[in-house]
Amino acid sequence: MAVTTPPPSDAEFTRVRSTATAGSGKNLLEVKALKMHFPLTQGIIFQRQVGAVRAVDGIDFFVEKGETLGLVGESGCGKSTTGRAILQLYKPTAGAVVFDGVELTKLGGEQMRKMRRRLQMIFQDPYASLNPRMTVGNIIGEPLEVHNLAKGHEKTERVQELLRVVGLNPYFTNRYPHEFSGGQRQRIGIARALAVEPEFIVCDEPISALDVSIQAQVINLLEELQDRFKLTYLFIAHDLSVVRHISDRVAVMYLGKIVELADRVDLYERPLHPYSQALLSAVPIPDPAVESKRKRIILTGDVPSPVNPPSGCRFHTRCWKAQQICSEVDPEFIEHEPRHWAACHFPGA
Amino acid sequence: MAVRAQVAARAAGAPEPRASAGLWSTAWYRLRRDRLTMIAAAVLGTIIVLSIGAPVLAELVFRTTFEKQDLLRTYAAPTLDPPGFVFGSDEVGRSQAVRLFYGGQVSLFVGFMAAFIQLTIGVLLGLVAGYFRGAIDDVITWFITTLNSIPTLFLLIIFAALFAPSPITLTIIIGAVFWTGITNFVRGQTFALREREFVTAARTVGATPWRIMLRHILPNILPLIFVLTAIDVGTIILAESALSYLGLGIVPPTPSWGNMLTNASSYFNRAPWLVVSPGAMIFLTVLCLYLIGDGLRDALDPRLKSR
Repeated sequence: MAVTTPPPSDAEFTRVRSTATAGSGKNLLEVKALKMHFPLTQGIIFQRQVGAVRAVDGIDFFVEKGETLGLVGESGCGKSTTGRAILQLYKPTAGAVVFDGVELTKLGGEQMRKMRRRLQMIFQDPYASLNPRMTVGNIIGEPLEVHNLAKGHEKTERVQELLRVVGLNPYFTNRYPHEFSGGQRQRIGIARALAVEPEFIVCDEPISALDVSIQAQVINLLEELQDRFKLTYLFIAHDLSVVRHISDRVAVMYLGKIVELADRVDLYERPLHPYSQALLSAVPIPDPAVESKRKRIILTGDVPSPVNPPSGCRFHTRCWKAQQICSEVDPEFIEHEPRHWAACHFPGA
Repeated sequence: MAVRAQVAARAAGAPEPRASAGLWSTAWYRLRRDRLTMIAAAVLGTIIVLSIGAPVLAELVFRTTFEKQDLLRTYAAPTLDPPGFVFGSDEVGRSQAVRLFYGGQVSLFVGFMAAFIQLTIGVLLGLVAGYFRGAIDDVITWFITTLNSIPTLFLLIIFAALFAPSPITLTIIIGAVFWTGITNFVRGQTFALREREFVTAARTVGATPWRIMLRHILPNILPLIFVLTAIDVGTIILAESALSYLGLGIVPPTPSWGNMLTNASSYFNRAPWLVVSPGAMIFLTVLCLYLIGDGLRDALDPRLKSR
């Protein structure tokens, strides 16, 4: 399998790209060549751009209706930026985000605001994402008000119902966020996201800030809600076992690019990209006999700076398989097996 | 969503939650238990009532007017005979007490109205500059820097020379000169707050920029604005006296605490009580405002448990 591919011709390029993003007709979200660069400027009055942090540098994937796509990678690789760029919280530098046939990057402010009813987000830090001066009732009621979904008594009822749905006491409407624990606060954040009855939710490391004992509760709640309301998730995390538990498919990111994307079982059993292999080798196995034989692939060096990423394959500076070509040609994101994409010149074991 | 109906039905038996305790009613509840703030409010309230009631007071209690002179009894030390000289008399034998309360009318009006004007301008421009950034921010910042580069007193003098001094014009002039401080403060706070995750969350939910500014950012700076305003009212009362000193403020014989104080400073050796009483009024008013501002800040913070 490890065949070095020559730079593809234009026709091939298109074919490869289309298979990587198009999928079947039931895609809820398609992300095409998405780039998110943050400019670095210098100068006080006349600012000039001296470079850019390439947080996300051309990624392609799709999310099918009703599935959970896990997005993993180490911190700083662009996972959260991807989530936020999809929701247009950042204006993407290039590329397209197509949600249910609508190109989000081309929507105007007001159109996008209306669109937000259908796409929501659950935030990582339940302490920072709730306004400390608003009551829980106002926090959860805000989306209802903003989209004119309910008013007055109806709104109060809806808020109470949402609190019940996420497993909180409906009497909590008059309390302030600081009166709750981390897990409870995360449930409030989830209730707020559910208020508009969205179809798609970006879960931006929703459990990373929680105690281990609470993590399971929140994960179970998210799964329960997915079944109940037919939700589609983009689940961003760096905890590989959690991602394995909740995802249908998993994408692995490294330095602003998706290096591998496959069905969960495929990815965890037969990772093709060396980075995925190294990442998975770091997961402890809860069985002492097996765990003692686990071989870790220790990567050397640090993640290069996204301001000045390495030439060719971005992973070549830390890859034990790297050859001449890796530093020269950026490997295409190719479907090596059915529904199993990877960007590597020498994929496989 | 059929599930919703089910869930609602299941919970139908649940009793209603307690009535909503809003931010303001909670704040008021806490304020009432804050003794120091309540005392300060009572003292300030008394000063305001006495000032507003100055004409009535002059007629019924002191039996004189603020212009009535008694050239035989100039520089009289405080005495109860006549009752109008309870705080002494000035260089032309007028009742210091009556003039003090009349002066309160002018000083407090200028202080509060000018503070209100600069607060309105400051909060609005600060929020807009801090939230939208970009060109709007550049223009506002440029304007502030330009205004700040001219000494405040100089600006006040220019304005006061251009417009005939009266309490109303003085209020507008002071408001127009002092708004930059509040704007800078609000702008800076907005800069910091707009990057907080709860603002991102509000955007995700679909809140409009104005809603985010007024419902999310403003409530988080409001308590600090109260404290700043309290300090500002004091500064304005003092600025008014500075202008009066230069003959550009309130023109005698209309009294204000400022012109009474500056006027009396010439007779400090002969009649120190003439300096002490307006000074004490300014001091008391400013102190009360500080205490009230501080109490309000605490009362408006839901994170502080009521003591």
